[in-house]
Amino acid sequence: MKKFAVVAAMATAFLGSTSAYAVDLEVTHWWTSAGEAAAIAEFAKLFEEQTGNTWVDSALAGSGTGANPVIISRIIGGDPMGATQMNTGRDAEELIQAGLMRDLTPIVEEMGGLDFYVDQSLLEPCTYEGKIYCLPINIHSWDWLWLSTAAYEKIGQPVPTTWDEYVASWPALQEADILPFGLATGWPISGVPGVLMSGIGGSDLVLAINRDKSADAVRGPEFRKVAEAMDALRQVISPEMMVPSFGDVGNQLLAGEAAGNIHGDWLAGDLQIAGGVPGEDYECLPALGLGDQLTGGGDSFYFPVLPEGTDPAVIQAQADLAKILISPEGQLNFNLVKGSMPIRTDIDLSGANPCMQKAIGMLGNGLLPSGDFALSSDTQQQFQDLNIEFLDDDSITVDDYIERYATIIEQAD
Amino acid sequence: MAETAVRMEAGERTTTRPGFLSRIFLHNLPAKIAALPMVLTVLVVFVGCTIWTIYYSFTNSKLLPTGKFVGFDQYERLFATSRWNVSVWNLVAYGSMSLVFTLVIGFILAVLIDQKIRFESAFRTIMLYPFALSFIVTGLVWQWIMNPTLGLQGTLRNLGWENFTFDWIANPRMVLFALLIAGLWHGTGFCMVLMLAGLRGVDEEVWKAARVDGIPTWRTYVSIVLPMMRGVLITAIVIIGSGIVRLYDLVVALTNGGPGISSEVPAKYVFNYMFSGGNIGQGLAGATMMLLTVLIIMIPWAYLEFGGKGRRA
Repeated sequence: MKKFAVVAAMATAFLGSTSAYAVDLEVTHWWTSAGEAAAIAEFAKLFEEQTGNTWVDSALAGSGTGANPVIISRIIGGDPMGATQMNTGRDAEELIQAGLMRDLTPIVEEMGGLDFYVDQSLLEPCTYEGKIYCLPINIHSWDWLWLSTAAYEKIGQPVPTTWDEYVASWPALQEADILPFGLATGWPISGVPGVLMSGIGGSDLVLAINRDKSADAVRGPEFRKVAEAMDALRQVISPEMMVPSFGDVGNQLLAGEAAGNIHGDWLAGDLQIAGGVPGEDYECLPALGLGDQLTGGGDSFYFPVLPEGTDPAVIQAQADLAKILISPEGQLNFNLVKGSMPIRTDIDLSGANPCMQKAIGMLGNGLLPSGDFALSSDTQQQFQDLNIEFLDDDSITVDDYIERYATIIEQAD
Repeated sequence: MAETAVRMEAGERTTTRPGFLSRIFLHNLPAKIAALPMVLTVLVVFVGCTIWTIYYSFTNSKLLPTGKFVGFDQYERLFATSRWNVSVWNLVAYGSMSLVFTLVIGFILAVLIDQKIRFESAFRTIMLYPFALSFIVTGLVWQWIMNPTLGLQGTLRNLGWENFTFDWIANPRMVLFALLIAGLWHGTGFCMVLMLAGLRGVDEEVWKAARVDGIPTWRTYVSIVLPMMRGVLITAIVIIGSGIVRLYDLVVALTNGGPGISSEVPAKYVFNYMFSGGNIGQGLAGATMMLLTVLIIMIPWAYLEFGGKGRRA
């Protein structure tokens, strides 16, 4: 109750600086699934309660491949929205450099800096020439191995606690007609090598490849293990068994039709909606149960520069929203629903589920730069093409895969 | 000497005709004014954007068209990319099969409908109906039908035909034929209607003469009627051909390029790299190659069609 009073007082302070009448602020994002929509509604509620302005919700379908182009072309085309969500990373770097995004440095200074961010590296993509142009609002990680309790009950084995135990259990699973690895068609495979890289290859390999773009590291012995693990994976995946969407893999896990899956933490939201309980219906292993660091990215909010002659109240509303997004209350309400990790840990996270608790524990070791975070969209697209092709075409050997991976890293900018 | 004479003569010709410029601009003025918007559209939108596209395909532009000139780098990368090469090959294979089958099936259907059958307009409507659907709808419908577990294969297996297999959509070697089925279902009706109009345009006297000469009906169709339908055939080929080159939405809805990259097409590559990949240079290099392919086919044809005078049908 006391806490609420503090927040309310802060809200009133914000209110004092806004103008007296309500304005509309259009916010674009691609959070359209049930859990995601509920999470963004938490921000909308806070924004409307605290500022009296109206949140105009423009949800766009198609996430990174469908919604991102729409957002970018609206900003380039001179029809900017009031605020937009995008992935934390390099998708918007050219928009920032072209001066199309609002400089948030004054707002940040007014708040007394951003030291409360649990990992300062999150702010790197938002920083350009010493100024802040976006605010990361959560941390997402791909580094999860999801395991089905039901599947392991069927074969009478304990649920694995590391990647190696999991691989060792594949023959028994196949004998029992259970898919060792459930997978959706399209992009979900593109996240898998990064997870294998941090789990099997270790933190140094991730830094050498994603941060330093070292092709030698790709050709080295550590990455070979990763490529061999990919090769082993494709032996147990067949195109006929692939499902249309990653949420379907969640259902396969809960039903015990598939034993495991590597996918980002947003799968937890779908598992939760499908009625799964972590620890009972499924297990989650961060960093494949091998590493102690997670690769991380997440989502950020950007505030495009609005055209000349825009109502100053709208510009003020942008600043108010920016503060609400990273306020303790906003962070808590949003992330508990979204299933992602908050960007600040000075809040009460006892309501988080066991998987998120494990992740928060690992945050203290520092985040590793994920591919989404460190590589340009162009390079990511090339890796996605390579992984999809490798998965389906057995004539591409491990050596070919390594060589092509190295070539892409060499060309990466 | 002869050369200068010719030049002088040419010079004389332009100067001795005082109304030359005014003839170009003022003759039939209302028609020229009326055509002006379209002329401008063609110059600015089509020609202008084409030049823009080609220029920026030689730069290293990423998200915004601001890159530096890098020569043929984008093209080198394009042809070293297996996804692009597979895409081109898929388009060639799909395109040639689609063109041949659409024309042949369309013509046969038109001939069958032309036999003065009952309920002709009902059949015509049924055949043409798929064309009224978008490629997205067509793709989704066929995706359901051909889905191994939910569609035809699953249904027949559940009915007891245990070893019935129709998994083209999940089979890298057969997926192009799955695309072809959906494409033909969508396009042949329209081709049939065009052909039917061509058949109806052939003078009844020709048929009578053929019958008097005792030529079999099939022979009349193939050797007499078909050559007389040259104009309709060219229209049909151009319409089908442009549909093939821009093949995109059907693939996205039906297979999304899969399994693996076995049903990728060039337009999808261009779209992916321009928008989700944020690499305009690479996308435009692909687009320029698509344009070049079309030109390689169109220029010889246009030369034959419009170049040699007196060969017009």
